[in-house]
Amino acid sequence: MSFSVTEPSNRTKWVAGTAVVLYAVITILPLMWIIATGFKSPADSISYPPKILFEPTLEGYVNLFTQRTRLNEEDLAALPPPETWYDEMVREQGQVITGASRYGERFMNSVIIGFGSTFLCMVLGTAAAYAFSRFRVPLKDDLLFFILSTRMMPPIAVAIPIFLMFRQLGLNDTHLGMILLYTAVNLSLSVWLLKGFIDEIPVEYEEAALIDGYTRFQAFYKVVLPQAATGIASTAIFCLIFAWNEYAFAVLLTSGTAQTAPPFIPTIIGVGGKDWPAVAAGATIFLVPVMVFTILLRKHLLRGITFGAVRK
Amino acid sequence: MAQIRIENVRKEFGTFTAVQSSSFTIEDGEFFMLLGPSGCGKTTTLRMMAGLELPTSGEIYIDGEEVGMKPASQRDIAFVFQMFALYPHMNVGKNISYPLLSQGMPKAQVKKKVDEVAQILGITDILKKPVGGLSGGDRQRVALGRAIVRDPKAFFMDEPLGALDAEFREHMSEELRALHDRMGATTVYVTHDQLEAMQMGDKIVVMNHGVVEQFGVPQDIYDWPATMFVASFIGSPSMNFLNFHGIVGSGTNSVDLGDSQIRIPEQHGGARGDLALGVRPEHVHLDDSSSYRGEVTATEYLGTTQIVTLNTPNGEIKARIPSSDRVHVGEKTGLHFDERTITVFETEKGRALLSAGNEGVLNHG
Repeated sequence: MSFSVTEPSNRTKWVAGTAVVLYAVITILPLMWIIATGFKSPADSISYPPKILFEPTLEGYVNLFTQRTRLNEEDLAALPPPETWYDEMVREQGQVITGASRYGERFMNSVIIGFGSTFLCMVLGTAAAYAFSRFRVPLKDDLLFFILSTRMMPPIAVAIPIFLMFRQLGLNDTHLGMILLYTAVNLSLSVWLLKGFIDEIPVEYEEAALIDGYTRFQAFYKVVLPQAATGIASTAIFCLIFAWNEYAFAVLLTSGTAQTAPPFIPTIIGVGGKDWPAVAAGATIFLVPVMVFTILLRKHLLRGITFGAVRK
Repeated sequence: MAQIRIENVRKEFGTFTAVQSSSFTIEDGEFFMLLGPSGCGKTTTLRMMAGLELPTSGEIYIDGEEVGMKPASQRDIAFVFQMFALYPHMNVGKNISYPLLSQGMPKAQVKKKVDEVAQILGITDILKKPVGGLSGGDRQRVALGRAIVRDPKAFFMDEPLGALDAEFREHMSEELRALHDRMGATTVYVTHDQLEAMQMGDKIVVMNHGVVEQFGVPQDIYDWPATMFVASFIGSPSMNFLNFHGIVGSGTNSVDLGDSQIRIPEQHGGARGDLALGVRPEHVHLDDSSSYRGEVTATEYLGTTQIVTLNTPNGEIKARIPSSDRVHVGEKTGLHFDERTITVFETEKGRALLSAGNEGVLNHG
């Protein structure tokens, strides 16, 4: 019988495989449930025992995007016939559409604030990380530690001072305010991550560019940035996920104009009874951008996670 | 094409002095070697010439113009890095064209230049390839291509062959030298390999601890080392030192070691105290008629020659003698030193005393 150090035994592989599958099921199941609930009718969504197989309907999605009002039967009958498939769907519930819901707006707020803060965070983070990596910054180690220390408490611990500050500055419920806030929270992480990535790029590349007749900024832009792309992408995912999912500050600091989707989704419950399919539909749509972003950049993300684990 | 002059250049990193007040001149078209052990300041000196470091004090002249504080991009020089530093996100052709693009040269002209350079270096067939998969030699050629493509005033090379394996180094060093002779541009080359320096250089600067120890043509440096450091750094095996305590007067042409009198070149400076005679191994001859004796402790066979290690009253020395001579460990033998080649050193200062032999060499620089 042969024995190998690098090749695991069949039994080990079997145990490891089972563990991974089990873990995948546990994490994916709630997600699948949410997605499924979005396509159920309100009755199916609260039926007991829960229904695994059901007749899919877009009612949840229609309800998510519309504002409706309930009419009595005579008024309903007096109306002209429904013009569209979603009109018809709503009428079957004894309601009529009175307008679009605010979900679209809130979702756009999430996009603007999430991507805006991620972008700003990358610009500032890359610049700071480059400076820390390449230049002789006075008190460099202390500054880096200070930057990291802002991350040592949960961000929400400073909620009250930030709330007061925002009120003073008129940043309450504004896109700018939320972008600045999420950027500030994410910046420490991105400076540290990006510094690691830039440290790994040999300084000779920039020196070669300087010799080749380029300015320091051109060398940074044309030679360092393309090589740091992987690091920037993985850092961007971390920042986006935080800003996208953030709930506590969003509840506290936004109410209308700049409200993001996370605090809005729970409020759907209140519109005409417990509308679980609409809530689930909102959550499902909310998941899509980060999911797409992550899948597109998943190779970089993996490198970002294992980064620095092995010294070459 | 340029003459490069370094005057009293000094570089400090915090409290550490990397280069202490160095001065030398590199003539137009020279292949100039900066030689020394690692950490001696040779790379720092080169980087200051290139503009990648700014000197703490002193002046650097390229073609008579003071450039000490000018950024690298304005010095019109090319630099070949030890790890080549080819831009990993560009293919070979793009790498070579990059210095031209910064000057805003028209596309057609860039292409012509790149093709020309690729022709010279024999890399036309790999122009479209990414640099990632290239062999060491091809990377080296691409790095050279990027350097020569824009006809700079001077080439600076920081151990460009250091990353290649031994067999290939030989070949590349010949190629490099041939390229230099063809282009005729001033080349400054940093290396820690004394053989490489002797083989390729028109002139050599030997540095140690941030100080220029000696500066001159390879043969002068080999034959007439200015310091004990140079004597022991250059040559393999290195120069022997026969240590003794005594006086060497001006005008004298022999020293007494025990009962034997050793003839040396006529001395023009005198010294007393701890002194040493420097003798190259190939200038030590086994000669039983000589009264100065040593005992063979080891022999090392090297093909045409052999290295014999001997114990003498003044310390261990090595002799390079023909392999055909029969020598046995434990044998006692007389030793004769080639008198014209001996240098006397003051051990404490490590400096050579002036003599009829080395005066011409040591006084010029």
